[in-house]
Amino acid sequence: MSAVTQDAPTSPQLHAVLTHRRLPRWAPFGIAVGAVALGAAIGLGAGLTSHVQWGLIALVLFVIGTYAITARVEGRRQARDRVATSLVWACFVVAVIPLYSLVETTIADGLKVLNTDFLTHSMGGIIPTEAGGGVYHAIIGTLEQVGLASVIAVPIGMLTAIYLVEYGRGKLAQVVTFFVDVMTGIPSIVSGLFILSFWIIILGFGYSGFAGSLALAILMVPVVVRSTEEMLKLVPNELRESALALGVPKWRTILRVVLPTSIGGILTGVMLAVARIAGETAPVLLLVFGNQLINNNPFSGAQSSLPFYVFEQYSLGNQYAYDRAWAAALVLIAFVMILNLVARGIARWKAPKTTGR
Amino acid sequence: MAKRIDVSGLTAYYGNHKAIDDISMTVEPRSVTAFIGPSGCGKSTFLRTLNRMHEVTPGGRVEGKVMLDDENLYGAGVDPVAVRRTVGMVFQRPNPFPTMSIYDNVAAGLRLNGTKKKRDLDAVVEKSLRGANLWNEVKDRLNKPGAGLSGGQQQRLCIARAIAVEPQVLLMDEPCSALDPISTLAIEDLIGELKEQFTIVIVTHNMQQAARVSDRTAFFNLAHVGESGRLIEIDDTERIFSNPSVQATEDYISGRFG
Amino acid sequence: MDATPTATLPPAKGQPRAVTRPGDRIFFGLTRGSGILLLLVMAAIAAFLTFRTFSAVSQDHGNFLTTFEWNADATPPVFGIAVLAYGTIVSSIIAMVIAVPVAIGIALFISHYAPRRLAGALAYVVDLLAAVPSIVYGLWGALYLVPRMQGLTAWLNEYLGWTVVFKQSNPGTAARSLFTVGILLAIMILPIITNVSREVFRQVPKAHEEAALALGATRWEVVRTAVLPFARSGIISASMLGLGRALGETMAVATVLSSSPVLTAHILDPAGGTFAQNIASHFGEATNFGRDALIASGLVLFVITLLVNGAARLIIARRKEYSGANA
Repeated sequence: MSAVTQDAPTSPQLHAVLTHRRLPRWAPFGIAVGAVALGAAIGLGAGLTSHVQWGLIALVLFVIGTYAITARVEGRRQARDRVATSLVWACFVVAVIPLYSLVETTIADGLKVLNTDFLTHSMGGIIPTEAGGGVYHAIIGTLEQVGLASVIAVPIGMLTAIYLVEYGRGKLAQVVTFFVDVMTGIPSIVSGLFILSFWIIILGFGYSGFAGSLALAILMVPVVVRSTEEMLKLVPNELRESALALGVPKWRTILRVVLPTSIGGILTGVMLAVARIAGETAPVLLLVFGNQLINNNPFSGAQSSLPFYVFEQYSLGNQYAYDRAWAAALVLIAFVMILNLVARGIARWKAPKTTGR
Repeated sequence: MAKRIDVSGLTAYYGNHKAIDDISMTVEPRSVTAFIGPSGCGKSTFLRTLNRMHEVTPGGRVEGKVMLDDENLYGAGVDPVAVRRTVGMVFQRPNPFPTMSIYDNVAAGLRLNGTKKKRDLDAVVEKSLRGANLWNEVKDRLNKPGAGLSGGQQQRLCIARAIAVEPQVLLMDEPCSALDPISTLAIEDLIGELKEQFTIVIVTHNMQQAARVSDRTAFFNLAHVGESGRLIEIDDTERIFSNPSVQATEDYISGRFG
Repeated sequence: MDATPTATLPPAKGQPRAVTRPGDRIFFGLTRGSGILLLLVMAAIAAFLTFRTFSAVSQDHGNFLTTFEWNADATPPVFGIAVLAYGTIVSSIIAMVIAVPVAIGIALFISHYAPRRLAGALAYVVDLLAAVPSIVYGLWGALYLVPRMQGLTAWLNEYLGWTVVFKQSNPGTAARSLFTVGILLAIMILPIITNVSREVFRQVPKAHEEAALALGATRWEVVRTAVLPFARSGIISASMLGLGRALGETMAVATVLSSSPVLTAHILDPAGGTFAQNIASHFGEATNFGRDALIASGLVLFVITLLVNGAARLIIARRKEYSGANA
C-alpha cells in the first residue's frame, strides 16, 4: 500500500489535469448572438447595404470570438476544437442559404403563372413580351426526347454491363471499361457537337427531337452501364452456379435469374440517369433548335424541351417571359424530383429481396 | 505515477438497453487486473467506461462513479478528453494510423498535446518503443508506414503509442486475440514489464493468459442472453483459478459452460 | 455437344469459347456488340471532332491558341481560344476554392458533427440537390444572384481593389463577371463533392477514430489525425469530379456571364468567356464554317475534361490499392 501514500500528494495535480474551467453549454449560442448583433451594428454603422456582408462580418467575428474566449477559459486545444466545430456548422449554414434560396425562389416565382392553362398550352400565337402561353409543347418535347434517348441508351447500357460482368475478362472488356469511364466525363455540349457534326453536318439530316435524343443517349449510356454493373456484381455467384447446375443455358440464367434479382437496383440507376438527362439544355440547344408550336413528331422538324424553354424565355428578357421561365423551371424540377423519388422508392421496395439486407 | 481505480455502482447503457449493471470494484496500482467471462457479458463495455470511451458510441451513457485516486472521472467539470489522456487504451485489433510512419504513430499523442520539438519527440519515441520491446526491430525504419509491420509488431506499436503520453492507467481490450502465439507471448512478457510503471487492466478470452499475466482476476457473467452483465467476483488470480468462492466462476473456468 | 455444358458451364464465366447453343451465341454476341458499339461511338466522337477541328483551324487567320476574339464567320475568319481557356480555368478555380472547403465542411457535418436525425435528412437533401438541372441554377444565378452580388463586388472593389484581381474597371456595372460565375459554379458542384466526400468519411474505420480518441484527442483532432488523412485521396477525386462538371458547364455560364473577347485579371469585370458558353452563344448565328470552329473549341474542352477525369480515376485506383494493402 506504499503506492497509495506515495501517490496521495500528487492528487491536486491530477485534479488539475482532469478538470479545467469549461464554458457553459450555451456559450456557442451566446457568442453567435453577440457576433450577429455586432456584425449588424458594424454593417449599419459603415452603411453597408448588402446583408451578405453583414453575415460575413458576423461570421468572422464569431470565429475570432469563439477562439479568443475559449482559449482564455479552456485552453488552446479546446479553442481549436471549438473553432473547427463552429466552422463546420458555418459551412452547413453558408451552403444552406443559397440552396434554400434557389428552391424557395423557384417555387415562389414559379407558382405565379403555373396553372392548368400553362401546362396545356403552347407558345403558339403568343407575343413574347406579353403574358400567357404555356409549356405543353416543351413537355411533349422533353418526354419524347428523353423517352427516345432511354430507348436507345438503356438496352445498350444494360447489355454492355452484362458483357462486362458476365462475360468480360479479356482485353476488350478492359478497353470498354476504360472508355465508359471516359464517356462519363464528356461535357453535354461536346456530345451535342458530335451529333451536330455527324448527324446534321455530315449525314445532312435536319434539326429534330431525335437528333437531341442521340446526344442525350451518349450522356446516358455510361451512367446506365455503371449502375447496372454495380448491381450485377451484387448478385452472389452461388445463384448463377445453382441455375447453371440445373442445366439452364447461360443466357437464360442471366435473363431469368441474374437480371430479376438485381432489377430493382438497375431500375433505380436508370431512373436517376433519366432524371439527369431530362435537365440537359446544351444538346437540345444545338440539335433540336426550339419551337414555339406543338410538334408531336420527334423525327422531323424542330421541337422544344423544358430546359430549353427555360433558357429561351430567360433570353427574351421581359418580366412575363421571366415568369414563364420560373414556372417551367418549377415543372422541370418537379419532374426530376418525381423521377428521383420513384428511383428511391424502387430501391427501397426491392432492396430486401435483392441484397438480403 | 500509477493510480488506484475505485469503481462504485457503475451502470452502463446502450440506448435503453442496460449493458452492465451496478458494478463495484477496486483496482490496485501497479498491478495487472484481468477481466474474464463469456462473450457479451459486458467486460469490454465496462473497460470502456474506465476511460469514458463508452459514451463515444451513439446512445452510450453511464451512471455511477469511477474514482481515480480521489478524483471522480464522471464528476462535474471533468473533461473526457483529459481522462483519455490519463487512462490509455489498447484495442483488440492493432490499429496504427495507416497514413502515418512508425515514428509519427508513436509521436501522435504528444503532437496533439503540443510537443513540437524534434529532440523531445525523438527521446519519447525511443523510450516508448523500447518500453514496448519494439525499438530493436524498427529503429532502422522509423519512417516506414506503421501498417507494414506484422500483426504482433503493430500491436506493440499501438502499446508504444499509448504509453508515449505517459498515462496513469493502461486499459487493454483483448490485445492478443488477433495475434499468433509467438506475438502473444511477446505482448504478455511486455505486460509483465509494464506493470512496474502502470496500473493495467486487461480483458481476455483466454483463461491461461489471465492466469499467466494477472495479479487479480474479475469474472463477469450474465444471467441470460439480452440481460445486463454483472460482476460475479474479483479476487487474487491464484484464488480464482484454484478455489473460487462462487460456483459459476468454477463452472466457467473448468469449461463447464461459456 | 449436349454433354459439355455441365462440364464447362460452371467456369464458363468469361469463356466465350464454351458457348455453343444458338441462344447463348446470340446473347453473347448482343452484349459484346453493344460494348463494341460504345467503342465505335467514342472513336467516332474523337475522329469527327478532330477532323472538323483540322479543317477549321487550318483556315484560321488568327492564331487558334493566342487570338482573343471569336469571329469565325468573318472573312477572313479570325478566332482563338485564349479568352475561353482563361475564362474556363479562372471560373473553375474560383468555384473550386469556394466549393471544396465548404463541401468538406458539410460532409464532415453530416458524418461527424450533426445530430444523427438531422444528418440523415441532410444527406438525403444533398442527394436531391445534386439532381437539380443546371439551367435552373442558371436562371436563379442570372435573376436572383447577380443583382445581389452588386453590393459585395462594390465592397471588394473598394477595399481589395489594390490587389488588381478585385479591381473593377467600371464600378457599378452588373455583376455578370467570371467571379459571379465562379460562385454559381461553386454552388452547383457543392452537392456532388459533398456526396462523394461524405461517402469516403463514412468508410473511415472506427478503429482509427477510437485510437485517436483513446490518446485523448478532441473531436477536431480525431478528424485531423484519423479522418482527413485516410480520406485525402477520396476528397481529391471528389474535387476532380466537381472540377470536371465546372469546366463543362454551359447553361449556368451562358445565362450569367456578359461575355466579351477581353482577357483581364480583373475578375469582377463583366468580360471574358468559357468554352461551353461560347459555343452556346455563337451557335445560333454560325455558318457551317463557324460551327467547325466551335467544334474545334469543343475538342479542346473535351481534352481538358478528359485529363481532369483521368486524373481523378488514377487517384481512385491508387487509393483502392492503398486500402487493399491495409485490409
